[in-house]
Amino acid sequence: MTALEVDLAGIKLRNPTLLASGVMGETGDSLLRVAVAGAGGLVTKSIGLEPRKGYPNPTLVELPDGYINAMGLPGPGIEAFAEEMEIATKSGVPVIGSLFAAIPEDFASLAIKMESYGAAAIELNLSCPHAKGYGMEVGIDPDAVHAIVSSVKDAVRVPVMAKLTPNTHRLLDVARAVEAAGGDAIVAINTVKAMAISVEARRPILHNTTGGLSGPAIKPIGLRCVYELHEAVKLPIVGVGGIESSRDVLEYMMAGATAVQVGSAVGRRGLKVFREICDGLAEHMAANGLNRLSEIVGAAHVH
Amino acid sequence: MFIEARITERIRSGRGITTLLFDRPMEAKAGQIVMVWIPGVDEIPMALSHISGVASITVKEVGQATKALSALNVGDLVGLRGPYGNSWDLTPRRILAVGGGVGMSPIMTAVEAVNDRSRVDVAIGARDAGEIIFEERARKASDDVRVSTDDGSYGIKGTVVSLADAMMREKRYDMVLGCGPEIMNKYLLKACNENKVPCQLSLERIMKCGTGLCGSCVIDGLRVCVEGPIFTGEQISRMTEFGKCKRDDAGLKVKI
Repeated sequence: MTALEVDLAGIKLRNPTLLASGVMGETGDSLLRVAVAGAGGLVTKSIGLEPRKGYPNPTLVELPDGYINAMGLPGPGIEAFAEEMEIATKSGVPVIGSLFAAIPEDFASLAIKMESYGAAAIELNLSCPHAKGYGMEVGIDPDAVHAIVSSVKDAVRVPVMAKLTPNTHRLLDVARAVEAAGGDAIVAINTVKAMAISVEARRPILHNTTGGLSGPAIKPIGLRCVYELHEAVKLPIVGVGGIESSRDVLEYMMAGATAVQVGSAVGRRGLKVFREICDGLAEHMAANGLNRLSEIVGAAHVH
Repeated sequence: MFIEARITERIRSGRGITTLLFDRPMEAKAGQIVMVWIPGVDEIPMALSHISGVASITVKEVGQATKALSALNVGDLVGLRGPYGNSWDLTPRRILAVGGGVGMSPIMTAVEAVNDRSRVDVAIGARDAGEIIFEERARKASDDVRVSTDDGSYGIKGTVVSLADAMMREKRYDMVLGCGPEIMNKYLLKACNENKVPCQLSLERIMKCGTGLCGSCVIDGLRVCVEGPIFTGEQISRMTEFGKCKRDDAGLKVKI
């Protein structure tokens, strides 16, 4: 075990940085590139039962501190994704299959396929803020989340993680539902529902009107959610939201994250961000006499 | 970064081909692309066709978005994001720049960026005379500009690839730059390999985010919006998808 290795719900990661879902995760070859760039694990694009085109452009707005996107869950569908997984699973790092559906039965059948493709774990997208009938629309109801997690847990052997939305006052209730249903980890947070308006055009920029805000703009929200989740549930937490540097990762780990996901930084900083983060983490560990990153998980809970 | 720009000038560059000049300059290098938002219609990737002084794009009417763009008038608004992607490497000594149809946009900015009439020759091609664009601009920036049309209605009869091939046999070049339909790029690459001249080709795919996140525009894992749009002949020769297939809006492979 090297210093940066972490254990996430039984999955060994060479370092705590996972590629976040929705970023370079639609094709096997692009996933491979992220593994070569140094990510500790890869989360696929969220895959559904059927091919989906997603929304027409504009699907993304670039802001000084992040992006707002409303891609609309485009993807090739679970059958065609077999080919991409065959390539991605050659990467040598765990590939986590992200899934979206509207009902427990569909989540379960998707999970069975994804496990058969070699996914090391399943991530349930219960949090996309811009796809009608999916994501956040099912993920803010603790009972619905309980039913989905139970159904997927019954269907597969690999760990099941639930990616949750911050766009609710019931985040902790939803997380407790995941825990009660036997889920193996919480991933938090997905994007924050947001919008952008063109003054000159006097209309919203995104075709879908609203989308999800990501990047450094949401880091303080993600941190707060992880901190509160760490006190509410015993499950390991994967921290997501605006992570671009090793300091960001340390903050998330001290709030209670076992591992993290990096998404927007791939666009803002480039693929080199994974190596930069890992180098910074190794330096911090050496300077502070840490043997394992797990020593600092939850360290900020002093009150 | 997102900016709102208004159209200051509208030039008919060819049949169904319109150049739109914007009231906002853009710090860009030759070959880079912008995402152009037509409010209420769509947002599409376009190569810049002017980069020094003013910024412009040159649009051929093919679909709903390009028809809407072509119909815009002076004073109308567009949103611009970018510039995105890489740019031409213009350091090789003797350059042959090859443009097919509206593929002349990034070729023309390259020819002007070389800024030395004796270092860069130009081959302009299209299906017919009506689609030949930027010939005058090219003659101002290069000593040797040749034109071909597939139907022979103007210039030499034949494809621009045969024209470029003839020029490579006649003169010595250190680099070929190319932009056009994928089928043209495919045969241009073949001609460059046969003549042992290295090349850079500007490629196109469905683009959504433009910033390297969504992965919609990948060719064998390389993102057209970040690692491209310009790829070297060596990179392209290693691609399994080039000239054969592309990804649709859902990320499914479709034949070209």
